[in-house]
Amino acid sequence: MKAGLKKKIVKEIKVDVDKCTGCRSCELACSAFHAAPRYSSMNPSRSRIRVIMDEVRDVYVPIRAGEYTQAECNGRNIYTIAGKEYSECTFCPASCPSRDYFKEPDSGLPLKCDMCESVPPLPEPMCVQACEFDALTYEEREEEYEEEELKRDEMEIAFESLIKKYGLKQVLQTASRLSKR
Amino acid sequence: MRYAETGVNLEIDLSRGNIERVETDPRDMELYLGGQGTAAKILWDRVPPEVDPFSPDNLLIFSTGLLHATPVPAANRVAVNTFSPQTNLMSHSLMGGFFGPEMKHAGYDKIIIRGKAPDLVYLYIHDDTVEIRDATHLRGKGCTETGDILKKELKDDRVQVAAIGLAGENRVYTASIDHGHSSAARGVGVIMGDKRLKAIAVRGTKDIHVAKPAELFELCMHMHQQIGGSDGCGDWMAVDEDDSFHHDNFAWGNARTRRRGFWSKELEERWRRLKYDHMDRQTSCYNCPKKCRNVISWPGRKRFGYKCYGKDTYHMAAFKELDFTYDILGVAQEYGLDSYSTPQVMAFALELYENGILTDKDLPGLPADSGDRFFYLMEKIVRREGIGDILANGVSLAAQQIGNGAEKYDHNTIKRFEQLPIKLGKLNPPYFLMIATGEKMAITQIEGSFPQDPLPTMEERQAFVDKWEAVPNEKFKQYFLEWEKRNDISNEASCAITDWNEAMHYIDDSIGLCGFVSSFRGQFGGEIAYHINNIPDFLTLATGVDMTKDKLWECFQRIRTLVRANNVRRGMRRKDERPPEDHWAVRDEAFEQKLLDDYYAFKGWNKEGVPTRETLDKLGLSYVSEDFLRRGILADTEKNPATETSVESEKK
Ligand code: SF4
Ligand code: SF4
Repeated sequence: MKAGLKKKIVKEIKVDVDKCTGCRSCELACSAFHAAPRYSSMNPSRSRIRVIMDEVRDVYVPIRAGEYTQAECNGRNIYTIAGKEYSECTFCPASCPSRDYFKEPDSGLPLKCDMCESVPPLPEPMCVQACEFDALTYEEREEEYEEEELKRDEMEIAFESLIKKYGLKQVLQTASRLSKR
Repeated sequence: MRYAETGVNLEIDLSRGNIERVETDPRDMELYLGGQGTAAKILWDRVPPEVDPFSPDNLLIFSTGLLHATPVPAANRVAVNTFSPQTNLMSHSLMGGFFGPEMKHAGYDKIIIRGKAPDLVYLYIHDDTVEIRDATHLRGKGCTETGDILKKELKDDRVQVAAIGLAGENRVYTASIDHGHSSAARGVGVIMGDKRLKAIAVRGTKDIHVAKPAELFELCMHMHQQIGGSDGCGDWMAVDEDDSFHHDNFAWGNARTRRRGFWSKELEERWRRLKYDHMDRQTSCYNCPKKCRNVISWPGRKRFGYKCYGKDTYHMAAFKELDFTYDILGVAQEYGLDSYSTPQVMAFALELYENGILTDKDLPGLPADSGDRFFYLMEKIVRREGIGDILANGVSLAAQQIGNGAEKYDHNTIKRFEQLPIKLGKLNPPYFLMIATGEKMAITQIEGSFPQDPLPTMEERQAFVDKWEAVPNEKFKQYFLEWEKRNDISNEASCAITDWNEAMHYIDDSIGLCGFVSSFRGQFGGEIAYHINNIPDFLTLATGVDMTKDKLWECFQRIRTLVRANNVRRGMRRKDERPPEDHWAVRDEAFEQKLLDDYYAFKGWNKEGVPTRETLDKLGLSYVSEDFLRRGILADTEKNPATETSVESEKK
């Protein structure tokens, strides 16, 4: 091992789209786990995993929320896999203006998967625990990396996306206005 | 705060284009739970017996179950209720999938439709946005096709759509309402079509509150795993390709011919390949760890999904094989046809043709092959074209209209509704009662908790009852232990068994649970996930109302009685409670009538099958008893029940 390198655990969720039945239990478990207080609500529109589902075309693809993006892609690839057509969006984890996945339904703030980080840690993320069909499976492996990554909390992610969207000045003004109420 | 339910119904008047949100009485949940229970109350309150099913005053009610959108696994059955033109009685219809939970997240326990739109419309619901929109561009479109078009138009693939096809638009009595690969059958599509409502598209993002969230969630995670790992739940036909049960025992054609020994290993292998070569996947309903729907791509046809016996009805009615069902089922589903009733109507028509009652004049250009004939008849029926206009009214009404001896071939209906094609030798007494007195119209919606047949040895029976957690009461174990011959069981046991079987369905259909994890499936193996002993725990944690087994049982009795009251008020009486004459080969009229007497007494109904004043008042249904007294359906003294003639309100 090189000096200065550290090890981290990389968490992976493997998705087998052929095994997905579209039961949406993953969505429900996720939203319940992230509700505040915990389990107080089970609402798929607050979930950080969504099953892109199209019964007519036999598309069942669970995707986890990734980064917020300001603008939608200016064009889409359409992929044909084993005779079935998929839009690029079917695999895209972004919280994006073109669709209302991965946005808090009330505030519109972006949601992001945090792999169910919690104290004490869960044996497996909630969505994986809820999937009875092994469409989602969990793996951890060690990887080397150079320096400590900043651990970002949810509020920071939310603020960053707001700043991207409205600019720092407007966000600060709004925050100070709200604090005076 | 309201728990488990939203406390709001959406009231849509299609004649006036009016939309209202109406807060409901929280006490109704404690009395009628939700789903079909509260729907029966609304129908009682607002649709008097004088209202013809085709009147704008008839209501079409989509009800979520009380447990929809809570963490409770497999709570996803939407109840659709109305009054049916086929039976003139209350329709009982359910569909799985995702529609119910979505409705609830949009903020509504029920969508209540009255009136009729001037032309085809659809209803768009996205939380507080509710609009009646033009749907003339969807005219003639298939059910899943309509869902697909609406999702694209609305640019929202999370919207859940329930739609009718051409059959519903043309007011075919056997029309269904379809939502993806789930289907609400038994006479509701016709009323949706009559109201000119092509579809409902709903999207919901609101929270549903439950009383004890953390406890309920934990209990549900356990239940989720239990159901997932259990062979006692779900549709075994999704995994077991040995379907000798239906093919060797049920009657083919117009419920006519039993083909014992039809099933063979060679056939099983061939059909297994047929299925798996064309199956894209098996799919689940909302929040259920079972996968009961088989999704099939058949060359040249639209992708379709089916479950259970739905895979047999067409080819058995047409004396064909599975490839025929795969060819026709997707087409029939796009048209929005009930796949239980419709094949029987077609087989009935072909029997009439073979017997010279229908002729080439009625069926011009009828092809020679029975499969082609089914396609031919389907096109006539969904368009109400020629003879199809009569056949579209279902077997019983069509037989009356055709006349000329056709009535004789209407041999498999009760209360004018097509039954499963089962023709057996010796009477099974609980089945006599279930078929005679059931108001859910199909035996699959009535049977389910107590096994259909005895087990041969005492050891097997003992082993069965030893792990039988679902029983409401130890006496059922005794009944089962003592039961040796199918036709030999005490009246007392038959009454109690029928009552228990019904109870679970009435509960499921009000709280929204699927029968495959509850009411229907316990009869096969006894190891069912939900039963009368554990459902109260789920209800208590979800609703905050302290629910006990006794209270839940009383809810069942209240709902069941209210459904009967709705039908009694529309003229249903003892005379209507006769299973088809050839349902069993060996009959004993005196025994059957005594059994029926005993059952009516057990239920607290009089000799005409009308709930007595005492029964009604005890269940808090004095508004029903008052109405019955006013109408002369009940006389002031119970000893002198009013005669049926004074209340006949049956329509032609
Ligand atoms: S829980 Fe598993 S099978 Fe169900 S929708 Fe999610 S990924 Fe698919
Ligand atoms: S048991 Fe089967 S039919 Fe019932 S809800 Fe689950 S997947 Fe659907």
